[in-house]
Amino acid sequence: MYDLGYSRPATLAKALELLQQDDLAQLVSGGQTLMPVLRARLAAPSQLVDIARLDDLRQICTIGAGIEIGAGMTHAEVAASPVVRAHLPALAALAGGIGDAQIRHRGTIGGSIANNDPAACYPSAVLALGARVQTNLRMLDAEAFFAGMFATALEPGEIVTAVHFPACAVACYLKFRNPASRFALVGVFAARLASDEHRIAIIGGGNGVFRWHEAERHLDRGAGVDGLDTVPLDLANFTGDIHGSADYRRHVAKVITRRALTQMA
Amino acid sequence: MSRIELRVNGRNVEVEADGRTLLTHALRDHLRLTGTHIGCDTSQCGSCTVHVDGKAVKSCTILAVQAAGCDILTIEGLASGRELHPMQAAFNDFHGLQCGFCTPGMIMMAIDIVNRHGRPDEATVRAELEGNLCRCTGYHNIIKAVCAGAERMGEMA
Ligand SMILES: Cc1cc2nc3c(=O)[nH]c(=O)nc-3n(C[C@H](O)[C@H](O)[C@H](O)COP(=O)(O)OP(=O)(O)OC[C@H]3O[C@@H](n4cnc5c(N)ncnc54)[C@H](O)[C@@H]3O)c2cc1C
Ligand code: FES
Ligand code: FES
Repeated sequence: MYDLGYSRPATLAKALELLQQDDLAQLVSGGQTLMPVLRARLAAPSQLVDIARLDDLRQICTIGAGIEIGAGMTHAEVAASPVVRAHLPALAALAGGIGDAQIRHRGTIGGSIANNDPAACYPSAVLALGARVQTNLRMLDAEAFFAGMFATALEPGEIVTAVHFPACAVACYLKFRNPASRFALVGVFAARLASDEHRIAIIGGGNGVFRWHEAERHLDRGAGVDGLDTVPLDLANFTGDIHGSADYRRHVAKVITRRALTQMA
Repeated sequence: MSRIELRVNGRNVEVEADGRTLLTHALRDHLRLTGTHIGCDTSQCGSCTVHVDGKAVKSCTILAVQAAGCDILTIEGLASGRELHPMQAAFNDFHGLQCGFCTPGMIMMAIDIVNRHGRPDEATVRAELEGNLCRCTGYHNIIKAVCAGAERMGEMA
């Protein structure tokens, strides 16, 4: 790891100031993605600005029928939160299945969506549920926030502060784990929204989280889960690697979608 | 170089180290607490597991400076004198180790599991040990040891 400076500002304003003064400074939240990246010398920030303990980023509350989760809440805290478990049990289950217990004790929702790893779990829930991402500057719709693998609409120096999830009727997240790394080979967040519309968001395809619009329309027409096999799913959403071909991933995505919908019913 | 103040196994200590120093290196190289092991460079094996403010974390995936001001508990902090912690004793009694490389991480994780679950069933222990790899035992005796250690910790509480 290249050497670097470190600061733990006491306020969000101070953190923003540090980022503004130094183009090469980088935020660190749970560090469960960034630390492996730094160890491998894949990045060389001048300093880390640690926002993990900022009170402003560490709340979970209801807002109307939905919930707001502070960017600094760990996967373990989201999984255990009575508010999340009551309002969005599928989201609590998703958080409780990320990585392993040690990773969940430190990794945060803000870091996960800002990083937008194509195999990360949270982006599927954010996109499927039509959540909105609050930053220090603005509120972004999920559709506008994610911009392909490892890319988001965040400007340099912009900080995610919270994620707002609207209420939904019922949802289910399922992932098919790579047996070695245990990361998702493919993951599917299926939801029926409060409006009764269906949403299917898929991760692990390789190009970043995306919605399976054809399946959503199929379900909205009242057609059954069984018919899903013949619904087109664009192969361009998938890439192949040593763990599986694009074709294989697409197949798994269809199987997992069917399982998630069956569990939801 | 910076001065990093840590609280390790109940003692306040100071480490003079680069900002980039991982907690695991501060413990092993600076404080000579070599019970905390390093088994991978991908944050996957869990042999470096310690408690930071009461929670199991991978000490290879956190900087020492990030842990400044926190309470750090390592494998060396468990026994009282010559008397092993009940979880250590259970690993001994149930043959929960062979080469012993994964053992400090397993035991720190096991205690974290008991702290959160009380007396977990076998399925819970297996799921919770997701982040700890063992190349020797096949896990069977580790699971037995964790369940027995949980019983003993419960009896002492
Ligand atoms: C062994 C292992 C297994 C894992 N398994 C899974 C898994 O199954 N599913 C999964 O989804 N993830 C998995 N992860 C990743 C884990 O969930 C990370 O915690 C998460 O992706 C990043 O969150 P963090 O808080 O650790 O972010 P950090 O590592 O601190 O930061 C990640 C990036 O986001 C930026 N950032 C952080 N916070 C903010 C913010 N508030 N605003 C703007 N930018 C910010 C940082 O600058 C950095 O570029 C795994 C990680 C490991 C090491
Ligand atoms: S050395 Fe920390 S997880 Fe392997
Ligand atoms: S006892 Fe050898 S790695 Fe677990």
